[in-house]
Parts: sequence; structure tokens; C-alpha cells
Amino acid sequence: MSLKGKVHKYGTNIDTDAIIPARYLNMHEAAELAEHCMEDIDEEFVKRVQAGDIVVADTNFGCGSSREHAPLALKGSGISCVIAKSFARIFFRNAINTGLPLLECEEAADNIEAGDAVEVDLAGGRIINHSSGKTFTAKPYPEFMMQIIAEGGLVEHTKKKASGAR
Amino acid sequence: MTLAEKILAAHCGKDRVSPGEFINVKTDLVLSNDITAPIAIKEFNKLGLGKVFDPQKIVMVPDHFCPNKDIQSAQQAKLMREFAREHKIIYFEVGEMGIEHVILPEKGLVVPGDVVVGADSHTDTYGALAAFATGMGSTDIAIAMATGEIWMKVPPTIKFVFHGKPGKWVGGKDFILYTIGRIGVDGALYSVMEFTGDAMEALSMDNRFTMSNMAIEAGGKAGIFAVDAKTKAYLKGRTSRKYIEYRSDPDAAYASIIEYDASQIEPQVAFPHLPSNTKPISQVGNIAIDQVVIGSCTNGRLDDIRLAARVIKGKKVNAGLRCIVIPGSQKVYLDALKEGLIEIFIKAGAAVSTPTCGPCLGGYMGILAAGEKCVSTTNRNFVGRMGHVKSEIYLANPAVAAASAVLGRIAGPEELA
Ligand code: SF4
Repeated sequence: MSLKGKVHKYGTNIDTDAIIPARYLNMHEAAELAEHCMEDIDEEFVKRVQAGDIVVADTNFGCGSSREHAPLALKGSGISCVIAKSFARIFFRNAINTGLPLLECEEAADNIEAGDAVEVDLAGGRIINHSSGKTFTAKPYPEFMMQIIAEGGLVEHTKKKASGAR
Repeated sequence: MTLAEKILAAHCGKDRVSPGEFINVKTDLVLSNDITAPIAIKEFNKLGLGKVFDPQKIVMVPDHFCPNKDIQSAQQAKLMREFAREHKIIYFEVGEMGIEHVILPEKGLVVPGDVVVGADSHTDTYGALAAFATGMGSTDIAIAMATGEIWMKVPPTIKFVFHGKPGKWVGGKDFILYTIGRIGVDGALYSVMEFTGDAMEALSMDNRFTMSNMAIEAGGKAGIFAVDAKTKAYLKGRTSRKYIEYRSDPDAAYASIIEYDASQIEPQVAFPHLPSNTKPISQVGNIAIDQVVIGSCTNGRLDDIRLAARVIKGKKVNAGLRCIVIPGSQKVYLDALKEGLIEIFIKAGAAVSTPTCGPCLGGYMGILAAGEKCVSTTNRNFVGRMGHVKSEIYLANPAVAAASAVLGRIAGPEELA
């Protein structure tokens, strides 16, 4: 699958309260949450973002709470994937489970700027920065996780397992 | 193997596990709350299995926006309550509830050697009881509710050793803030933090809960203590469940071993906007504040309330400042009432609330306006966490919070003497 969009760039330790402030956790639909995505650190994000866009960040993206509302808000905003140097543990699980692809790649995070046009080939982990012409390769997912992703997330994976056991 | 590895091995039917390995783990307790349960229930229903794996191993707590703060929160709480009733799972209604991480240990729902997963990042709190407890998202929790199992990657363990006798006003909150200040908010990413040393043995259970609670603030997957006499005393009378005392082998492989001299650690204050942004109290300077919050799953237990009351007793909350005290559970509230602590707070001019997460995550009961500063015993000081994006949160222990409430600026309790 190939993903393509403009880049929204952020720094280190982007926490889940920044991605979706807790005051909106009285809702849980992706579309509702998307209306407030990133608003505390980037008021313009909601107005600027377009379907397919990509978030690029430094280390420890998604740290803080376990709220699945965070990947849901990003997905609801149209974000097609997140590229960062590293991800916080729970956010990583949640993104895989909700079908938001994440790519871990130091080089890409250092060499992509806000507004760049970037294309990502998920299967090979290839990241192409069309604005600079540079390409990068993300760390591959462990095989176990690839399987979950290929099967369409943890719920589908579990369903398949359950029906296989029957 | 380390303590954490032994628990995980025992829960996936293996003799040994090592860091990096993917395993399927059996869960002893599966937790969610009024903001994470709605999504978990939705995902659970997608599975189409119709029933949970074991109603007695699933618990839901309405604590974040409960007692309901608005219509939307009421809808979410209702969704959770109805699911809990239908599936006959463990549920604490307003009136008997408290903050999830305060009441689960209090009610004896967690014992050493358990694997606990919760749709709340501070599920790591139960590591203080030598359980492997970790936070996950709602979909993970839906799977665990349905199957009683969840996948995990075996984490490496970092051992922390605290030597020496700490100062009078130094407790679990200061040790963990100090640690996060040293290693950073991703210093223990994907790892277990194992807390050891004579200074840890001397800590009360309530102080240990505080430390395990904040392991996630260093990116940790769990924050764990081994069982000792204090653990056993805590469990006595709360549970009749049998438990296994796992212990790290003397030759266990640690990712690293980090040693600190507890006698050199001062009360710590984490400045905005990260828990790692710490300073010892002596270097804080003159920072005027508008609000103090004493409570949360980090510092809302009886030890914490006692400590704050001891500092504030006979004094007055500074004019123009709000001090809000939120006991972590109905039991903590009642015990504090019996000990006369609630009277101390009210006479000092503090507000005392029914148990709730409330202001900790910017829900209600103490939201900050633009430009306001708050000293809080909670665990996160992210931008906008407690209200307006231009407000500031300073994390501290309950003694520092109480002293700051009296003096109107961030201050240590020795300044009151
Ligand atoms: S008290 Fe705060 S940190 Fe603890 S569970 Fe509630 S919102 Fe989360």
C-alpha cells in the first residue's frame, strides 16, 4: 500500500494530551475527536490537514496516557501514517490495533521538513521525500506484528484465531 | 531471570522467557474506566463472542469524569455501567468507588505474581504488590476481556538501587521524580523498572504505589517491587487468594543497574511541561501559585493525606489561592475523616472533594485558567493537562503541596517550621 501526503512536523515527546486533550475524552468517535486533534500545540493543524497527510516527529511520539482516542483522532483527521525516531509503547500498540501505520526511522525524521511531499510504501518500509528527492528505509516490523497488521488489526486477528480453534 | 520475567513465564506456560520474545500471556485481572471502556466495549462487540472470559477477573471503575461531569460523560458512564451489569463483572458505583488504582489494591483484587492489564496507563501502579501490571489501549483490553489472554513482548528490566536513609520530607514521589529527572521521559522505554535497595525496603506500601504508578512517566512498561513483610502485611485481611512470591535471581540479566544515594535526594519539583523537568526544592526559586491539588492515583492514599494534613494543621491556606484535597477512595476518605484529617483541611480553608480523577486530567473540579500555576501531587504536567494551554503544573509530593498552599508559592515544609 502506498501512502502520500504533505508533512506536519513536530518535536520530541509529543504526548497524548497534545494529540487529543483529555477534556474531549467524553467522546469516542474518530470524527468527533478529529475536530480537536493537536489543538493545544498546533491550533492550525485541524484547518491545514488533508486526507493522506503524514505526521513526522522526533523521539517518544505518543507518550503519556493509554487513550486509544489518540490514534483515532489522528486517523479521523485523515493522517495516513506517522514517522518518528521512536514511539511510546502503549501508543505503538494502539496504533497497530486501530490500523494507523507507524514507521520508525531516525534519518527520515531528521531529513523531512514541514510541508514536504512524502510518499510511503508500507510493505517495504520505504519513505520517499519528493520535495528533496531523498529516500529512507524504516525499521521493519517484527513478523508477529506484520501478521496482525496484515489481518487488519487485533480484533480481526483474534476472530480468525478463535474460528480456527473451533 | 528477573522477577518480571518469572511472572510472565508462568503466565505463558514456559520455563523461561527472555527480552524481545513475543508471548501470549494469561491475565488475572482486566481493567477499564469510564473513558476507555466505551471503546473497549465497541471492539469487544465486534468480536461477536457474546461473553467475557471470566466476569470475576474483569473490573470497571467510573472515576475519570464521575460523578458524571456533563451529559456526554453521563452517556459514557451509562454505557459502561450497563455492560458491567449485563456481564456481571466487578463494578464500583459512585458511593463505593474511588480512583481505580487506589481501590483495586485496597479491595484486595491484586496479589503478587498476578498479570494485570488495564486500559489506563497507570495500571503499572500494582507493581508495588509484585504483580506484573501494565497499561494498554482499549482494543487490547477488549481482546483480554474476551479471551483472558493478550500478546506481549517480553521487556528488558532495569534495576534501580536506592541506598541510604532519606531526609524527613522525602518519599516515593521524590524518588520517582528524581529518577525520571535523571533518565528522562523515555529513559525506561519498553522496559521494566525494578525498585530495590534499603531505602525501598523502608518505604511504606502507599509510597511504593506512588513509585510504581509513575514508571510509565519514564516510558516504562511496569514498575515492580519484590514481596517483603510490608507487602504481606498489606495483603492480610484484604484477600484470601494464594500467591506466589517471585524474586529476581542473583544472576538475573538486567539491561542496566542504576544506583542512587537516597540520603542525597531532596524533595523534587517537576516544572512544566514534562515530569522529567525536575529541580530539588532548594533550587525552585520564588514561584507564586494559584492552586494546589492533593490527590490522584499517585498521591491520594492515606499516607499522602496524612502527610499533607500534618503540614497544614493549624495553618491557613494562603489568601487568593485554592487548595483542593481529593481522597483517592471512599475508604481513604472515611479513614481520613475518622482521624480528623478532613477537619484539619476544612479549618485550614481547603476544599475537600468526593473521590474522582477530576482535575488530574483536566476533567473538572479544579480546571486552570490561562496563566495560572498549580502545584499538584498528580503525575503529569503536560501542556493543557489541567486546563488552559497557558496554565502550568508543578508536580510535587503532598508535603511540598501542603506547604505551598500555606505560603502561596512553591515551598518545602521545613519553611513552615
Ligand atoms: S488520577 Fe489522574 S493519572 Fe490517575 S487514573 Fe485518574 S486521570 Fe489517570
